[in-house]
Amino acid sequence: MSLLEVDHLNVWFDRGRSQVVRDLSFSIDPGQRLGLIGQSGSGKSVTALAIMGLLPESALMSGTVRFEGRRLSGAKEAELAQARGRDLTMVFQEPMTALDPTMKVGRQVAEVIRLHEESSGRETRRRVIEMLDRVGLPNPDRITDAFPHQLSGGQRQRVVLAMALMLGPRLVIADEPTTALDVTVQAQVLELLDVELAAHRAACLFISHDLAVVARVCQQVMVMLDGRVVESGPVRQVLSQPIHPYTRGLIATARLDLARPGSRLPTVEDFYAGGQL
Amino acid sequence: MRRLSLIMGLALVGLVVAAAAVSLVWTPYDPNLVRPPDRLLGPSWSHWLGTDRMGIDLLSRLMVGSRTTLMVGVIAVCLAIVVGVPLGLVSGIRRGWLSQLLLRVSDIMFALPALLLAILLVAVRGASVATATWAIGIATVPVFVRMAHAATLSVMAQDFIDAARSCGTSSAAIALRHVLPNIAPIVGVQASASFSSAILAEAGLSYLGLAAPATTPTWGRMMRDGQVDLFLTAWPALAPGLAIAVAVLGFNLLGDGLRDQLDPRLREFR
Repeated sequence: MSLLEVDHLNVWFDRGRSQVVRDLSFSIDPGQRLGLIGQSGSGKSVTALAIMGLLPESALMSGTVRFEGRRLSGAKEAELAQARGRDLTMVFQEPMTALDPTMKVGRQVAEVIRLHEESSGRETRRRVIEMLDRVGLPNPDRITDAFPHQLSGGQRQRVVLAMALMLGPRLVIADEPTTALDVTVQAQVLELLDVELAAHRAACLFISHDLAVVARVCQQVMVMLDGRVVESGPVRQVLSQPIHPYTRGLIATARLDLARPGSRLPTVEDFYAGGQL
Repeated sequence: MRRLSLIMGLALVGLVVAAAAVSLVWTPYDPNLVRPPDRLLGPSWSHWLGTDRMGIDLLSRLMVGSRTTLMVGVIAVCLAIVVGVPLGLVSGIRRGWLSQLLLRVSDIMFALPALLLAILLVAVRGASVATATWAIGIATVPVFVRMAHAATLSVMAQDFIDAARSCGTSSAAIALRHVLPNIAPIVGVQASASFSSAILAEAGLSYLGLAAPATTPTWGRMMRDGQVDLFLTAWPALAPGLAIAVAVLGFNLLGDGLRDQLDPRLREFR
């Protein structure tokens, strides 16, 4: 049985006037990593929020989301809250804003434990420090008492990862987890995510607009365009034999090393002009 | 520079609070003692701020008056916070027709001058400090509803709220643990600003004779009594006026200073 099953998902904003996700269906098996790529505004993040049940009240949604056979779409808020943070968790894009500025980071990580398990204060603190250590933060016992603004972007993203991995979830939805980081930190955080996902045998829906990053982390990939999946399959196959012109464009623009010096750089529009599919 | 306004504010507010505290055990003269031979004296060593037309020592009366000023301010602002902030918080998190109704009602209350509300209450319940306090407090509630609502909306739009929800935090816990601490600095600053408006309002009501009876010393009442002799000596009106100015300035500066201090982003790394 699949871990996550998304069936005919549609999401509308603006009182149904603009459709952001169109008839999206896919599934993720336990431990499987699925990449979701596409440009800004293609509906990737909205898909993630829809799975988590975090869409704003103004959004309309149809279709079903099942996690381990249980229906998440249309479930009661309390039921969803129980699953969130324990069975399925989310890593947000912006480490600068994903942490509460008024709360010490240790308490924010501890919150995940307190919400789902009985744990004494001392035991909780020990687990938090252990987790901060695991995600590669130096002086974890000092960092646990720091406020978010006292940490760098990379450190904050490690804290966000620690929150997402704390209780050993079965599915982690990572929404552009490295986009806001510089390239060296990005590589470190990806490595960490790779190791931790493997250690927990957690599945992952990895959202990105960066082909290279997706190729590093995932086995399967879906290409999303204007709310629709236009191509999907194993990463290697999609990258070597892209079928859809949009995918070909994405790959060409990512391989700048193949461009001849002095010639114009390729753009997605050279391959795919847009318009109706 | 940031510290300067906090220190000045604390000093001025401290002066008023100290005067009120000391007046509980000691004042230079009996604040109600009428001594006709000493009437309308200017400032001197024996009477630091002079005396009024009844020969009552102005400093003693100001000190006792500061108790009323502070009491009215504290009670009115607390009332406004206790009622206004939760309403604003809830209406910012749960958007529905009830929240809309609540906001429209506070808009209407905004449009109604506080003075009018006070006169209405006085007409019903009679002039007293308690009535004035209620009137000022009720008139300040919509300020806090509006402010808490707006602040809550801006906090709720932040990523860390979605992040908290993605960890399984309930709406109530989000309101208490994430939204409230984030809007607390704004509430604090607003409280200090509202405190100075409350002092002004109380002085205004007392001046109009809508708050304290003549026997209770209040700053506004003292100004009203002092203006009669304005052509003979300015002190009986000037002294309470200065006291009001000091208190208002103090709470405004304190509010500014507090805003900078309460913001954790401005705190230094230990």
